Amino acid sequence: MPAKPRIRLPQTARIGEVIEVKTLVAHAMEIGNRRGSDGNTIQRLLLHTFEATFAGKEVFRANLHTGTAANPFISFFMKVLGPGEFEFTWTEDGGAKITERQPLNVT
Amino acid sequence: MNSSRKRICAAALVVGLSLTAAAEAQQSGDAIERELETYRSMLKADPWSNPGMLDVDRGEALWKTPAGPKNVSLEGCDLGLGAGKVDGAFARLPRYFADGDRVMDVETRILWCMEKLQGFDRLKLITRPHPAAGMPVRDLGGIATFVASRSNGQPFKAAFTEPREREALALGETLFYRRSGPMDFACSTCHADSGKRIRLQALPVFSKPEEARNSVGQWPAYRVSTAHVMTTQHRIYDCLWQMRLPEVELGSEVSVALISYLVKQAEGGEINVPGIKR
Repeated sequence: MPAKPRIRLPQTARIGEVIEVKTLVAHAMEIGNRRGSDGNTIQRLLLHTFEATFAGKEVFRANLHTGTAANPFISFFMKVLGPGEFEFTWTEDGGAKITERQPLNVT
Repeated sequence: MNSSRKRICAAALVVGLSLTAAAEAQQSGDAIERELETYRSMLKADPWSNPGMLDVDRGEALWKTPAGPKNVSLEGCDLGLGAGKVDGAFARLPRYFADGDRVMDVETRILWCMEKLQGFDRLKLITRPHPAAGMPVRDLGGIATFVASRSNGQPFKAAFTEPREREALALGETLFYRRSGPMDFACSTCHADSGKRIRLQALPVFSKPEEARNSVGQWPAYRVSTAHVMTTQHRIYDCLWQMRLPEVELGSEVSVALISYLVKQAEGGEINVPGIKR
């Protein structure tokens, strides 16, 4: 059973406020250079893209490569323009996606 | 200056330089450890971004989800404080359990519950139970990490009052000092002198309670170099593997005895898991 990504948003936010959004996802981020105990190369399997949308609009995007450590921690800042829900998507090599949603409590 | 004096001067210069380098390495090792301690205290203040928490979350989900052939959750598992009571249970382990008629640490107890309550095959759970580098900790380890985290902030307070508990303690202490195997290693071979290290890994002296109190409470720990949580049973397994001793089985009497000794030495020390390790 894989772990659910961790999302950290402030409890509440005001319109016009700049908030920090923190995300943590469990992933081995296999780079494709390591060898297993059988001597064969362990195949590359990375999360190559992270996208964050808020109220349907993209607010942050990152391309990840072999330099990113396992269990990637990504945080970014966003100015709150109105109420809405965050949707975070991590895309893996091969197309599989991890998605997580969390609403923001805007006062 | 004749050539032999030149050679002595050159040799002295080289030795001087390498001593400086060694001293710098020691100092930078200490500086690294200080930075690690700063990072650890930041994570203690706000553990949200501790990567080990991903396995705590996973362990919590596994605790609550029905699983196994009997399709029940582990919420009926008695960790010593009553069925399903998780908070504070880890702080009182290892202890004697009458239903299994043996002393168990947290992983042994979860193994017991997974077998008896959920119907899992014990052999499958103890075969290759620990993760390789890059692999996440397996379900049993994830559940153990969750249970341990529910004792965060509490001191180790396992009582060791029952006769079988005292036996385990005595066995653990004996094993700690007993040299065996092809290299004639005991735990104390490495863990007996303060301030020592293997490469850059510091070696706590567990026979000294103040050192045990500082380190035992960090396990299970997230090991950055292998990107997974390493449980206490895994740590013991790895130590004995390094000592070229036979593979120690998960939940074996030897493993529980050694863990009992470590926990007793760390009595009063604070639990703060998952720790962050190299």
